[in-house]
Amino acid sequence: MAEAQSTHGSLGKLWSYFRQTWRQNIIYIGFAVVFVFFAVTLHDRGFLDPNNVLNIARQTAVIAVMAVAMTLVLSSGEIDLSVGAVAGLASVTTAMALSAGGLGFGILAGLGTGLFVGLVNGVLSTRLLIPTFLTTLAMMGIARGAAMWISDTAAIPILNSDYAGFFGSGNLGPIPSLLLWMIVAGAIGHVTLRHTKFGRRILAVGGNAEAARYTGIRTARIKMAVLVISSVTAALAGMLYAGRLQSGRFQLGEGDELSVIAAAVLGGTALFGGRGTVIGSIFGALMIGVINNGLILMGLEYSQQLIARGGIIILAVALSQKRS
Amino acid sequence: MNARASGNIAVEMRAISKRFGGVHALREVNFSARFGEIHALLGENGAGKSTILKILRGVLAPDSGEIVVDGNALASLTAKTAREHGIGMIFQEMSLVPSLTVAQNVFLNNEPLGRTGLIDERAMRERSLAILRDMGVEFDPAALVGDLSTGQQQLTEIAKALSQEARILVLDEPTSALTASEVEILFDLLRRLRSEGKAIIYVSHRMDEIFQLADRATVLRDGRHIDTRPIGDYTLATLIADIMGKATRDLLEYATDPTGSEEVVLEVRNLHSGAGAGASFALHQGEVLGIAGLLGSGRSRLARMLFGLEPIASGEVLIRNEPVRITSPQMAKAAGMALVPEDRRRQGLVLQHSVAQNIELPVLGKLSPSPFISGRTGREIVRDIISRMNIKTHSPDSDVNTLSGGNQQKVVIGKWLATAPDILIMDEATAGIDIGSKGEILRLVRELASEGKSIIFISSELAELLAVSDRICVMARGEIVQTLDARQLVAGDHDPHSELQAEQKLQLLLQQGRRHG
Repeated sequence: MAEAQSTHGSLGKLWSYFRQTWRQNIIYIGFAVVFVFFAVTLHDRGFLDPNNVLNIARQTAVIAVMAVAMTLVLSSGEIDLSVGAVAGLASVTTAMALSAGGLGFGILAGLGTGLFVGLVNGVLSTRLLIPTFLTTLAMMGIARGAAMWISDTAAIPILNSDYAGFFGSGNLGPIPSLLLWMIVAGAIGHVTLRHTKFGRRILAVGGNAEAARYTGIRTARIKMAVLVISSVTAALAGMLYAGRLQSGRFQLGEGDELSVIAAAVLGGTALFGGRGTVIGSIFGALMIGVINNGLILMGLEYSQQLIARGGIIILAVALSQKRS
Repeated sequence: MNARASGNIAVEMRAISKRFGGVHALREVNFSARFGEIHALLGENGAGKSTILKILRGVLAPDSGEIVVDGNALASLTAKTAREHGIGMIFQEMSLVPSLTVAQNVFLNNEPLGRTGLIDERAMRERSLAILRDMGVEFDPAALVGDLSTGQQQLTEIAKALSQEARILVLDEPTSALTASEVEILFDLLRRLRSEGKAIIYVSHRMDEIFQLADRATVLRDGRHIDTRPIGDYTLATLIADIMGKATRDLLEYATDPTGSEEVVLEVRNLHSGAGAGASFALHQGEVLGIAGLLGSGRSRLARMLFGLEPIASGEVLIRNEPVRITSPQMAKAAGMALVPEDRRRQGLVLQHSVAQNIELPVLGKLSPSPFISGRTGREIVRDIISRMNIKTHSPDSDVNTLSGGNQQKVVIGKWLATAPDILIMDEATAGIDIGSKGEILRLVRELASEGKSIIFISSELAELLAVSDRICVMARGEIVQTLDARQLVAGDHDPHSELQAEQKLQLLLQQGRRHG
């Protein structure tokens, strides 16, 4: 009798633990459900084929890298809409610098582009107190326009094979280098947000900026830092695109800001700050990638894909919202 | 026959009772206001004033009793019937939309429409201007409310009530954020409205205003009606005695022997944020220095200036005889200061984060030399603070917003104790928390003082100031007008009668600090 009760009790405990935490982990549950669903229904169309799986990873990796930095930005209560345009601009500056001055110059130019844009975003937001939604919205247009202008709207080829191999198109054994970039960025982002003082301060500023200030945290400095990190990471993403396609183009990264924000929010990061999970964001990006791939394999038309993808994202975010 | 002539009863509440759970907020309270009078409604916090105001506004329904207005006896009012009967509220927390103009606010949700069915902006402006002129004030109805001074915003609130034909105006602490000249304008207006036959119900803690303005006063205490008299029947002392009553809060059990030493830890000379002579005082090592003052006397601003949260216009701050210039909370922290702020939810805590994260936040820099958080050191500090403060939480990882108000406040105090400060500033540290937590906090304050910490203790509750302070500074208009020895104020040991007298005496000083100063 007592034994039966205790079994019942521990089962009950497990159930109540699940009920309390499933919303936080909805991204992993959702990812598993979607993956298994496609694995079963699209078995005969090669969904589980290693090439297809690696393809998904390759297509998702760049979004995932940007989503890592976006997680920090959103956690601090800010937003960065310029990431896609910065990726495009950095792909162009990198390609131009590569042909002009070689590998080192190319890498410096790409990362420098991100650093510069990030500093401008940061200064406008923390000194002039323009909301980041507006600064980065304006920067989105400026960066895209600059990329078109300096490239004369033409694709700039990258002939440096070392660059292309390292950034995006090469493999390390069986593993695509893009996947490694994603894993490295994810690990750094996760440790930063979870295990450093900086990460803790980001969350505090996003959770309650006034209390953070009363506690002696330099809130402007934190905002500045996350905006710079976001732009530099976006520039890195643009360099990965350029490496994969072996050219710099102003169109690269177009519309990525929305996929990146969707990935982060899907993963459980709060749109208005205070709560964030880097690993969740990566799974959010992967889930969007899996959905895209599955819908294509199902033979849906592009128009139908857009509708289905939007519906699934709304469903997942709605399920993860806390009811109170 | 004119039921609305001056002298007739405008609104009457008969034997009104209201309970919240087991607490009697009002017990058979009678209250009536006449047309053509300013009627002061007085009582301490929790006496039942706000419950009466909420019933008049139609937000709460009484459990029993009736409300007579316009000759109708009603069991309760709704927001709509209150307005129809001409009851207009002037809110303490402004209820205006700062991004709309004065005229748009005055007619909010009541906009005049033109023939096209669209809002007639011009009619709105003209009618607002007419109302403002009638009130004897002149400012532009097309101005944005956000650009107005606090006084003009208050007047806009009154214009809004008048635009809805209010005949009974209810004002709740209307002067707490006004400058002296704005107060004069408001008083002139209220007197004029009185002579026009409006009934004005006026709530304030400032007795000098009551004596200047009111015709009659009703005193409430612990939810009971104590007395209603013409103001001329009262003196300041008898009115205070009526409001405070004969029972004391009996907090003196927390008092200890003096712990202060001769050494001055913090000295403040003529510190002010704008005009005026500014505040001057000295804080001794191991001392609890109480600061008493009415709402708006500058207590919290003083705390924020000391902590680098608000700019200092002029004056000097010395820590251990060294002049310091503190312009940010980081600098204040480095100088060994800590501030338990007035509003724990907005300024003190990140509510959706855990107890542990909140406690670690101010000491992150000290947790380890590297950029990484040392989990173990952090855990130890958190565990120490939770046990020292006796914080009742399911686990250190529970979100702070799952805790009771008292335990949340203990987290705020605890996170600052973790920084091991020399000087602890506490601003209304026991406001709105249960009596058990309050006792624990008062005991802690005395303990910290005996350990040699120096504490500035700001509070509106006189009983607790008397219990916990070594000395008490009385503050008014940003100045320290008087400094008293708390133990001399409470003459006989643990004699409830003398404690009450001390409270009344302190209240008298607070009120006079404003009156003469």
